[in-house]
Amino acid sequence: MTDSLVSARGLTKHFDELVAVDGIDFDVAEGEAFGFLGPNGAGKSSTMKMIGAVSPLTAGTLEVLGMDPATDGTKIRARLGVVPQDDNLDQELSVYENLLIYGRYFGLSKKVIDERAAELLDFAQLEDRRDSPVEPLSGGMKRRLTIARGLINTPDLLLLDEPTTGLDPQARHLLWDRLYRLKQQGVTLIITTHYMDEAEQLCDRLVIMDKGKIAAEGAPRDLIERYSTREVLELRFPVGTQDVNAERLDGIAKKTEVLPDRVLLYTDDADDAHNRVLAAGFEPESTVSRRSTLEDVFLRLTGRTLVD
Amino acid sequence: MTVAGSLRVVEAGARVYRRTWRGSVISTFLNPILYLLAMGVGLGELVDEGTGGASLDIPYLTFLAPGLLAAAAMQTGAGDAAYPVMAGIKWRKTYEATLATPVSVSELLMGHLGWVTVRLTFVATVFSLIMVLFDATTITEGLAAIPPAVLTGIAFAAMVTAYTANLKDELGIASMFRFAIIPLFLFSGTFFPIEQLPDYLEPLAYITPLWHGVQLCRGFALGTDFTVHPLVSIAYLVALAVLGALLAIRILRKRLIS
Repeated sequence: MTDSLVSARGLTKHFDELVAVDGIDFDVAEGEAFGFLGPNGAGKSSTMKMIGAVSPLTAGTLEVLGMDPATDGTKIRARLGVVPQDDNLDQELSVYENLLIYGRYFGLSKKVIDERAAELLDFAQLEDRRDSPVEPLSGGMKRRLTIARGLINTPDLLLLDEPTTGLDPQARHLLWDRLYRLKQQGVTLIITTHYMDEAEQLCDRLVIMDKGKIAAEGAPRDLIERYSTREVLELRFPVGTQDVNAERLDGIAKKTEVLPDRVLLYTDDADDAHNRVLAAGFEPESTVSRRSTLEDVFLRLTGRTLVD
Repeated sequence: MTVAGSLRVVEAGARVYRRTWRGSVISTFLNPILYLLAMGVGLGELVDEGTGGASLDIPYLTFLAPGLLAAAAMQTGAGDAAYPVMAGIKWRKTYEATLATPVSVSELLMGHLGWVTVRLTFVATVFSLIMVLFDATTITEGLAAIPPAVLTGIAFAAMVTAYTANLKDELGIASMFRFAIIPLFLFSGTFFPIEQLPDYLEPLAYITPLWHGVQLCRGFALGTDFTVHPLVSIAYLVALAVLGALLAIRILRKRLIS
């Protein structure tokens, strides 16, 4: 892949004894929305910091926008937009002033910043908050402002670390809509998340990370097809009897997975499986039949759930 | 590192200050007046009428004022390098935000010190003018005392930035003020000549950075003789500023570019 914006080979990051990123390979193409999906501590944020040229590699190679972060950090950062996990807006400044000082860090003139700030505040639906202080804004507004700030230099690549963590569902959906628009405009996005619905919504392609390694790579639907079944039947049995029931359920579905509070049956037809469960005399307290998600892929690959 | 990058950080400091200047008005304008009134005029009359007048040769207010100027510069430099730096690193993470842009750690640090220099210049100028109003110095000598005061403040700002950058939490900041800044304020020749100290403590006073700031400010503001050559004091404060800045860059890089 010669036209990839980011290319990593054997990318490794150690913090003293801790191996945060353990020799991963990936490529991100122009115009793509690329995701890192994994639980906390999987190495997603460490990878993002290396891409953002604010964290030196321990080993391996990394090319960002055709440059080496170790030697061309300044040039790389000039063309990136970064939306960190924690909002690090300047709480003492107004919404507009946050965009202004950030734009100045990129060496933009006030005139250019003013034009872009007007567009970006419109995009972030904050135009009526232009002169209000940042501190009283809601979590969703602050995150949208952080995204607007990350776009002030019209970056070639936007890095979003856990963009919707801590937001309520309404704010999440609004944010997804904004990110989807960016994608439509051709902005290359790299997103980390531990929400599988977010990865499914936004990412063209993703890697599933676990303990610093890449467990699988592909488009969301491909991964689900490859590592899971079309549908899942969730059965909840009385407390403490999931194991016993799961053993007896063996054979009804392609695969059975036991969680502390329920049993998952992987099948291509959840309704049919449900009928067969009932016909075999099982009496689950509740059942849910649903489409398979990346959560199931993660469970299949690691034997653990994504969000504890 | 580029000058332009550092200047953008200075500019950001100024923009933040436009929102927060109210908090520092009292310390900039009122503190000098209150100190000069209470210690200089009030206490000063007692000193001048007692044996102090004879051993000082000059009115106590005149002796005290330049010392307070140097001490005010120390307080400003240390203060601006303590909690705001902790906020930038940890509480508000504005340093993380800045370093995600083309701005580098050394530009961030030099910009931070640059903005503190602007603040120090303002504080020292206001202080000097108040000294002139109190008739503690002349206008030309008062202006001459501004650069050494600013230099004193920068030396403290650089060292305190390096110190703060190494701290896990703000407890260390309170300790620093309690065990370093306040003792320096009291025993570095601000309020009385260090010859008054017990003999075994006197050499200690000569190595404190504030004493060098005080002797420079006093010498320039009063046109009197220096205890040690002024170039020694200037070199000492410059060395501290450079050392502090280099240490701060190193520590901040280790902490923020990890």
